[in-house]
Amino acid sequence: MSVLRMMTARRGGKGWHWTDVFTWAWLIMGLIVMFGPALWLVLSSFKTPAALAEFPPTILPYAAQTVSVTIDGQVKDLPLFTTTLDDGTVRQLAEVRRLGTMATMVDPANPTDSVKVNIQNRTPVRQIAFATSNYVDPLEKNNFGLYLWNSVFVTTMATIITLLTNSMAAFALSKYDFRGRNAVMLLIVATLMVPLSVNLVPLYSVISQLGLLDTLWGVILPTVATPTGVFLLRQYMLTIPDELIEAARMDKASEWQIYWRIVLPLTGPALAVLAIFSVVWRWNDFLWPLIVLSRKEVFTLQVGLNTFAGELNVQWHYILAMTVATMIPVIIVFVFLQKFITSGIASTGLK
Amino acid sequence: MTASPKPSIGAVLTAPIVWLARAADMPLRAWQRLTGRGGMIAFFLIPNMAVFGIFVIVPLVINFFYSVTGGTALFLSDRPFVGAEHFDRLLTCTDHFNPTTCREDMFWTAVWNTSKFVVLQVSAMTVVAMITALILNSKIPGKAFWRAVFFFPVLLSPVVVGLIWKWILQRQGLLNFALYELDMTQVNWLTERSWAFAATIGVSVWAHVGFYALILLAGLQAIPGDLYEAAEMDGTKPGRVFWRITLPLLYPNLLVVIVLSLIRAVQVFDEVFVLTSGGPGTATLYLTQYIYEVGFASVLRNPGLASAAALMMGGVLVVLTLLQLGLTRWRDRK
Amino acid sequence: MKLKTGLIAALASTFLATATWAEEVRIMWYSDGNEGEVMQDLLNRFMADNPDITVVLDNVAYQTIKEQLPITLAAGDGPDIARVTDIKALADHWLDLTPYISDPEYWKTNFGAQMDWMRPDGSDAITGFMTQLTLVGGFANKTLFDQAGVALPGEGATWDDWVNASAEVQQSQGLAAAIAIDRSGHRISGPITSYGGNYIGADGMPAPVDDGVKAFVTKLVEWTNEGKNLKDVWVSAAGGTYRAAADDFINGQVAFYYSGSWQIANLSTKIGDAFDWVATGSPCGTTACSGLAGGAALVGIKYTKHPEAVGKVMDYLSSEAVVREFTERTLFLPAHAGIVAAGGLNFQTEDPNVKAALEKFVAASGQTSPAADALPAWKWASAYYTALVNRTSQAMAGELTLDEAFARMDQDIAEQVKQAAQ
Repeated sequence: MSVLRMMTARRGGKGWHWTDVFTWAWLIMGLIVMFGPALWLVLSSFKTPAALAEFPPTILPYAAQTVSVTIDGQVKDLPLFTTTLDDGTVRQLAEVRRLGTMATMVDPANPTDSVKVNIQNRTPVRQIAFATSNYVDPLEKNNFGLYLWNSVFVTTMATIITLLTNSMAAFALSKYDFRGRNAVMLLIVATLMVPLSVNLVPLYSVISQLGLLDTLWGVILPTVATPTGVFLLRQYMLTIPDELIEAARMDKASEWQIYWRIVLPLTGPALAVLAIFSVVWRWNDFLWPLIVLSRKEVFTLQVGLNTFAGELNVQWHYILAMTVATMIPVIIVFVFLQKFITSGIASTGLK
Repeated sequence: MTASPKPSIGAVLTAPIVWLARAADMPLRAWQRLTGRGGMIAFFLIPNMAVFGIFVIVPLVINFFYSVTGGTALFLSDRPFVGAEHFDRLLTCTDHFNPTTCREDMFWTAVWNTSKFVVLQVSAMTVVAMITALILNSKIPGKAFWRAVFFFPVLLSPVVVGLIWKWILQRQGLLNFALYELDMTQVNWLTERSWAFAATIGVSVWAHVGFYALILLAGLQAIPGDLYEAAEMDGTKPGRVFWRITLPLLYPNLLVVIVLSLIRAVQVFDEVFVLTSGGPGTATLYLTQYIYEVGFASVLRNPGLASAAALMMGGVLVVLTLLQLGLTRWRDRK
Repeated sequence: MKLKTGLIAALASTFLATATWAEEVRIMWYSDGNEGEVMQDLLNRFMADNPDITVVLDNVAYQTIKEQLPITLAAGDGPDIARVTDIKALADHWLDLTPYISDPEYWKTNFGAQMDWMRPDGSDAITGFMTQLTLVGGFANKTLFDQAGVALPGEGATWDDWVNASAEVQQSQGLAAAIAIDRSGHRISGPITSYGGNYIGADGMPAPVDDGVKAFVTKLVEWTNEGKNLKDVWVSAAGGTYRAAADDFINGQVAFYYSGSWQIANLSTKIGDAFDWVATGSPCGTTACSGLAGGAALVGIKYTKHPEAVGKVMDYLSSEAVVREFTERTLFLPAHAGIVAAGGLNFQTEDPNVKAALEKFVAASGQTSPAADALPAWKWASAYYTALVNRTSQAMAGELTLDEAFARMDQDIAEQVKQAAQ
């Protein structure tokens, strides 16, 4: 069915063809390089602020292990260290107190007997510990439920409008010949070039004039005319043979029917791609919502989680945890929509 | 969207859309009878172009006025006309290839850094995305899983991308730790000029390659299978099949990938800003960061200079894209 | 789609309805640590006592304050109260609270010292108060010094003393560098004035970089080239970007860290019991041992529709008991003269390092040079800081010679001044 199948099919029992090796090497490398850091991000989101600042970073989240020791009738939780004593023996001791470079250590089993140890001769005993408070604290303190609703609203609305308006425009630009078509196309491609950060101030004035500040529509509308979407869909629609459309016109189909009954279904994979990207972009949009939304009733998740970024300090442990939490919905959407990409159009009677 | 024999969740979800589309047919038929095909073209174009005009073109025009006015004020009425002064300031150089001889040395440093970045990053991106798409389209077990693996970074916000890689690449980061464990020489990835430059390319490819691979994959899916079957029967060599069938039929998608990645590369900012902030020195200072710093990040903003730089950057891009589109047309005609 | 619009409209009208029966005061606030929560607690108490005023604390990212607020203000819009750091540059937008507060004399007595920081030159308006005062200063890793057997330089020690002592520690303990300094023009300006540097010309406009600037910047670049100053922090960024070196200090990579009082809470949480650290104040130059004051202010916004309510909220937040509680819970340095004079702040921490450090900073605040004291109320300060950082780090990276860097600094500042004059 596809090139690679032919290219990678193992040649009649003669062992692996070089393309097989290459394919699998690429996939394994991809797994490590693409997925590794992302997995590490998830693990890091369970680290305490101190562990996040640590050099070199650990792979798994660790915390110092403590033991309960009774000293002078009081039960205390003391940190445990692997200690090398002067006579060369290695023991696990708990630290009672530390003054300068010398620590007073005791054996948890025998707390009355203390030894003084130079802190260079010991390493903390650590165990894997997940700092779930990174997730729980921000969820309790902030109205993340409302932020979630706002984000869902923005993402859904923006995606629906994007798909509709972009596919209509792309249809007109790919399947009709009219004067000014190239001019419109050029305009669209030209505006692709303008980075948002450059347009911020003028766009702010426009939104402000329209009374859309501090509203979710102020976030949605400027994003839906994305030139990327029009460009992507038009390029895809160009591959649909005009004969199909002519045949439909013979059958007295209206132009609108041609658009939604013939062209749209055949554009399925490209629409699915655009839908996935639209969801991801709108969900992760940060700079623009930050400018438009300054009241917490209309905060989206990205704006909400960035309230942990201060001037002099950033509370990364909260930001990472909330980033991971906000990734879950997009992953679900991706898993759902990506089926459309593979469903393909090769079998729909197109020659 | 595609017709499926048994009702799936997708079909249930699209049912209201189908119903709406059907309901819209009557009035639109009337409109078509009234205005002809031209009216329908307008109908298809207007919603998108209206939003586009208000939220893209109008700000662009305002931006143009910024570039010819001076001062630090943000509202046009408070800004005096200065003509081409900003452009003059940006373009004054004894030798344009040597930024230190320029009045705005940072601008020209950014221009040359960005040019170098764009050429290398777009080539790397296209090749990696192409290979990935071909492999994902081939017969491998667990396709959905592998697709997710390569797509995953696209889901991350740029700030997080920059941050993860900073933790990996910094002097005491994960990579150097691994090298230390393996008894290999450690490298200051982010404070040596060429390594830092390579890191910005690598990280931006990492973050976006899933996006482009997916576009190419959608294109590969659309290539009719019988073409390959015919080729197989003729005993055509796989390499030849790729050059003669796959590549030509994939051309529209490939063009999307090249144009979009080119534009994105020119505008590269967020993840690089977190990763290197333009350092070491100014080795990874790119244009958008320059514009951002001049126009927004400093307390004494200079929106005029920022807009002038942005318009010049946009102008260059328009020319580049025109060349590319012209090339397509020339190729199509051939 | 219409349904959703209706829903939004309904939601919006509910908010409007609440605003009509209680006056709504919106505070735009950002947090470096726990101050947002503390502030919310304090405001809840205020609202319980004043049911006619609803105070909404909008906790935003610092980026919003820095980038969005100035645009909003320029459009004659904005929140009612905001916590801001660009207090001088935006001073035209602040509300003169004098007619709306109950006792202007109380404000002048207790917050008078910083009032010029947040009002236009020559004005006598009361626009707000500092939620926190910060002072630039150093921290030493005492444990590392002890392990190396090097004595901590005492009172009156110079920058060279500190760098040399730290370099001994670096040698003995195999550290990445001896010292680290945040990448920030604000941070190095205190030391520059200690070497006799002065940015402000006789006419109040920026003066060309003088021998004091050159002296300290030259030292800084030399230390970097010799591997004594941690190169990564300064070199791995371009432009005016702020980079903190706190993580390197927390991980015991450097013996001496020059930052400021706001790091205390951060260091306490992240270092824990790993090592002992002390605040050192600022090392001396040739003429002074100066740090540099700064901080964030809470100001009223001129465009508010409820100035009386704003006055009430500000009166409450600036009252001695509230400032005291806020300070004690956030581990900030207070800006309230009465509280500073009375002392006896009961900072809510169990870390002994914190109390000692806070006390050291309070003591060091008396040692700032006159040239440094003039900077927070000088509107060109940020332009100067940006040029300093940008060009100094290029010199460190070897892209510019020191002389070229100094020439570029002058040029950068001149361009900024020229631009602003248009």
